[in-house]
Amino acid sequence: MSNLKLIIKREFIARVRNRTFVVMTFLSPLIFVGMISLITWLATLNNDEIREIAFFDETGMFASDFKNSDNINYIDYSNLPLNDAKDSVIIKSLYGLLYIPKKESNRELAKSVQFYADEAPNISILNDIENVIEGKLTNQNFESKGLDLQMIEDSKAKVNILIENFSGEKTSKMTNYIKMFFGGAAGYFLMMFIIIYGNMVMRSVIEEKANRIIEIIISSVKPLQLMMGKILGTSFAGILQFIIWVILGSILLFVATSIFGVNPQPAAGIDPSSVLQEDLQQEVQLVLQDILKLPLGTLVLAFFVYFIGGYFLYSSIYAAIGAAVDSETDSQQFMLPIILPLMLGIYVGFFSVIENPHGTVSTVFSMIPLTSPIVMLMRIPFGVSWWEVLISILLLFGSIIFMIWLAGKIYRVGILMYGKKPSYKELFKWLKY
Amino acid sequence: MANLLEVQNATKRFGSFTALHDVSIQVPRGSIFGLLGPNGAGKTTLIRIINQITLPDQGSVYLDNELLKKEHIKDIGYLPEERGLYKSMKVGEQALYLAQLKGLSKREAKERLTYWFDKFDITHWWNKKIQELSKGMAQKVQFIVTVLHRPKLLIFDEPFSGFDPINANVIKDEILQLRDEGATVIFSTHRMESVEELCDHIALINKSKKILEGKVSDIKRAYKSNTFEVGLRTENSNDLYNDLKNKFDVSPAHFKTIDEQLKLKITLNQNTESNQLLGYLSDKAQVMRFNEVIPGVNEIFIKSITENE
Repeated sequence: MSNLKLIIKREFIARVRNRTFVVMTFLSPLIFVGMISLITWLATLNNDEIREIAFFDETGMFASDFKNSDNINYIDYSNLPLNDAKDSVIIKSLYGLLYIPKKESNRELAKSVQFYADEAPNISILNDIENVIEGKLTNQNFESKGLDLQMIEDSKAKVNILIENFSGEKTSKMTNYIKMFFGGAAGYFLMMFIIIYGNMVMRSVIEEKANRIIEIIISSVKPLQLMMGKILGTSFAGILQFIIWVILGSILLFVATSIFGVNPQPAAGIDPSSVLQEDLQQEVQLVLQDILKLPLGTLVLAFFVYFIGGYFLYSSIYAAIGAAVDSETDSQQFMLPIILPLMLGIYVGFFSVIENPHGTVSTVFSMIPLTSPIVMLMRIPFGVSWWEVLISILLLFGSIIFMIWLAGKIYRVGILMYGKKPSYKELFKWLKY
Repeated sequence: MANLLEVQNATKRFGSFTALHDVSIQVPRGSIFGLLGPNGAGKTTLIRIINQITLPDQGSVYLDNELLKKEHIKDIGYLPEERGLYKSMKVGEQALYLAQLKGLSKREAKERLTYWFDKFDITHWWNKKIQELSKGMAQKVQFIVTVLHRPKLLIFDEPFSGFDPINANVIKDEILQLRDEGATVIFSTHRMESVEELCDHIALINKSKKILEGKVSDIKRAYKSNTFEVGLRTENSNDLYNDLKNKFDVSPAHFKTIDEQLKLKITLNQNTESNQLLGYLSDKAQVMRFNEVIPGVNEIFIKSITENE
């Protein structure tokens, strides 16, 4: 077996056998699903609470309009004196008291409805109540002006603009959000992978240096070979972890959907008249169509290319840093050149690309090698011409070769240097040794 | 050619610092060669050049009459001064890995490891992690890894540091046996007296320059000053002392005796034989001790430095 293969194998096994790796690999999807379940559960828990709202209606017009809903119960206190009503709301610790005074005109009434509550009341509940009163008063106004309510209802027009592209395909209004989501997720994932696995490469270099085994190893293999073996071996461990996550994720998703009985095809016959339901269904279908219409193949391919490129670019920097320092704590001062472009990529992605995917800022940052993996991944769902992607990839891989050469030089010298924390100036000197 | 290794005019600079300046050494086949010098003299740099870890700025290295090349890696076994192994890797796996990096097949490596582990009676360590072993134990594993691929040239940097006297002896015997089986050994150390008795050739390096090289016996012969250490029993030591002082170059000597003696170092000029001195002395007093002062490597080193400066 060639030495490079031996090194890759050893690094791979060392990473995979690591307890943290095993725990992270199998626990992360569980934790992830657990978090989602917890959040969902907490959200439903909150909604299950039934709020009791008393109303004191001097006009006597609204009693029939306040209908109990899933989370609001209305209690009519209009028969009690106002003060008694207030007291009993406090004693029974109801959510609040709605006071509708009797006024000369609807116009005045509209301004003088009050809601008494200790806590600031929920906005959506207030909106509901406002809608009920508004509707009632509007209808009364219509009637008092001699308009037929039925005719008004019939003459209302509902407009829903359908979005089509020029080749006549329908898209949903969600399209941009979907593109954002897919691009953003890919870019963000890439950044996480680079940081986690780049750190692993660095730690592995520092370990060899701290163990002092490094001199034994490089009396057998070339430093560059060792560095490349490390980077490759670690990346294979990362890919394994990624594959396990995908498999576990699909299994968990499958289990979850079958438990919660989410059925993508709603049973026929239920609520056939509901226009809203139909709209929603149409929208969902359009969203699905949109997802399928994304350049998914390109996206996946680009993800892999940029993923590999970005990882190699950054992990060679990580390896050089690892070689330059004696311990992980010393590495902090060199982290800036890694974290800064990564963060820049993410911010440019989330602010600039979403605002204007093909603007100057987005285009430039999707060409600069240190940020291009993230920014270009975010741009691709919005449709990027192939030559732009090609230039960006060529630049990326060109700079990888340069960076590996550079890192290799620092690595070669650094692994045999002990004792002092080097400055950037010294690192620069090492290039000439 | 009789030399297994020849370094010719090697120079290495790190920035403005010269680690090695025009150093040449010749290591005869089958010899034990001592590369001696104080800390920071350039020994490790020279060894790294021989191991192809660093390239010299100038000069060339020949192993077995061939210009040093990549394939020679498997002909050299190197135990660095800074020793270490992967802490969380099992002893056996680790030894296998390092042996395979030196070009052994897995099967071969395993066979030889079994032999050595048996020899050192450490077979039960195979599945232990290095972090469970003591420093001395780990050094044994490192020694095995260094010699496992049966290299022609063995290089030990500070070979006995970290070993207790018993294990140091075990290792010393193994090294001697490997030499007898045909290997050539280089010891590099700043504790010169520790390898003096083992080496038959030495090179002294100081401040990046070689100042001395050759057969130990030749060097000692060249540096001895025809000086003898004598212990004399006499009634009247003051008179004798004054008498000798007039005739020879005399200085006081220090060694342990069980009774009162006049202890002196007497340096003769080139024309005087030792027997003449002995005859003179035996007439005057009881000669209890008479031996030639042969300089230690340490003394030679100090002397040669002062001579060079």
